[in-house]
Amino acid sequence: MMGIVSYGSYIPKFRIKVEEIARVWGEDAKKIKGGLGVYEKSVPDVDEDAATIAVEAAREAIKRAKINPEDIGAVFVGSESHPYAVKPTATIVGEALGVGNDYYAADLEFACKAGTAGMQICYSMVKSGIIRYGLAIGADTSQARPGDALEYAAAAGGAAFLIGKDPIAEIEATYSFTSDTPDFWRRDLQPYPSHGGRFTGQPAYFRHIISAARGLMEKYGYKTEDFDYAVFHMPNAKFPVRAARMLGFSEEHISQGLVVRAIGNAYSGSSLLGLAATLDIAEPDERILLVSFGSGAGSDAFALRVTDRIKEFEREPKVWEKIERKVYVDYAIYLKHRRKIRA
Amino acid sequence: MVPRSWRKIKYRYDLRGSYCENCGNYHYPPRNFCPTCRRRGKVIETLFPEEGRVVSYTVVREKEPYIVALIELDNGARVLSQVCCDPSEMKIGMRVRKAFRRYGEDNEDGIIHYGTKFVPVN
Ligand SMILES: [Zn+2]
Repeated sequence: MMGIVSYGSYIPKFRIKVEEIARVWGEDAKKIKGGLGVYEKSVPDVDEDAATIAVEAAREAIKRAKINPEDIGAVFVGSESHPYAVKPTATIVGEALGVGNDYYAADLEFACKAGTAGMQICYSMVKSGIIRYGLAIGADTSQARPGDALEYAAAAGGAAFLIGKDPIAEIEATYSFTSDTPDFWRRDLQPYPSHGGRFTGQPAYFRHIISAARGLMEKYGYKTEDFDYAVFHMPNAKFPVRAARMLGFSEEHISQGLVVRAIGNAYSGSSLLGLAATLDIAEPDERILLVSFGSGAGSDAFALRVTDRIKEFEREPKVWEKIERKVYVDYAIYLKHRRKIRA
Repeated sequence: MVPRSWRKIKYRYDLRGSYCENCGNYHYPPRNFCPTCRRRGKVIETLFPEEGRVVSYTVVREKEPYIVALIELDNGARVLSQVCCDPSEMKIGMRVRKAFRRYGEDNEDGIIHYGTKFVPVN
């Protein structure tokens, strides 16, 4: 049996409220909150980036797994905000974790689904016997052009999943749906991404999420009723709620993983933080549907079954406790933290 | 200076120090020679505990104020490190935990330096 052996998460402690961003741009905060379903978002500290977030999340995963870091045979870091354009984040993470030098490593990029792509690679490598444990991390300090609609949700955070044998949650099946869809992109040397506005909904997010979920269910014989929880990528709170309804899930199935309302969209960390929050309360034999989405575009779907091992697994502090530990910043401090202004 | 910072990565990235099996003293950054036991010392490298308490601190007021503290780790080893928090939160004796953070960067086109700092526990 193979799957998730351990997990860890990291959310920077700073938050900015939608009202504060709306105040600067003269927009109607109530309308934005109603439209996005997001009330505030996480903001990294001045000295945090995707690499530091990845290390913190992974350290928690390794500590909870109680394994020797040198038994990790692969490190994959998925992000759209890797600190360097050329120079891997995965090597910084591997060194900080004390993995040694005997490991496979790569940075992955696929907008917001690069972390789940890492989980699929680790799962395949464990299954084939090449490695004992693989570490898949999704971490981002996502960028948005000041004043752009994306600025209300683009957040920071990450989660790390250790994949191996004797898991706390078995990966029963995984399935991907992929197409060439230019809904969101960033060209080389451009500081901020561009997006196709309304085009990001139906042909991008919903088509890929729904097709991946249905594809997984058809190929491996699942029905909606087989799942106790569902986690979807969360660019805002509206999209995952609507995707859940389209697949026949109720609000109860997704509310535990719906972290976006309180921290925004942590891009590669988004669906993985939702999964971590769901694993925080899941019981043996419960089944979780995870479907990520990355612009460009693709979705990775997973059927996860929680095992008895979760009972002895350390799950404190929980993701929702980390969400509650927060310090609010105003827009000027937010700009300083995002290194948009400096002394 | 890329080569100089590269050689420091191992103990900057995590709290890797040295321990003398002869006298029981810890040192950070690690030493390959025990100053107490000299030739009788038996020095090994070890990973230090991730938490400790603030023994003393100072607020360095440069362009932006930052905190440098003397921290006693739970094995008794003392390290000098930056603490990431508001100066008003600082108290002697407070519990702190290691955190992986950016130290700085050479330039817009240079190397980014990373290493261990501390944050308040909770
Ligand atoms: Zn000695």
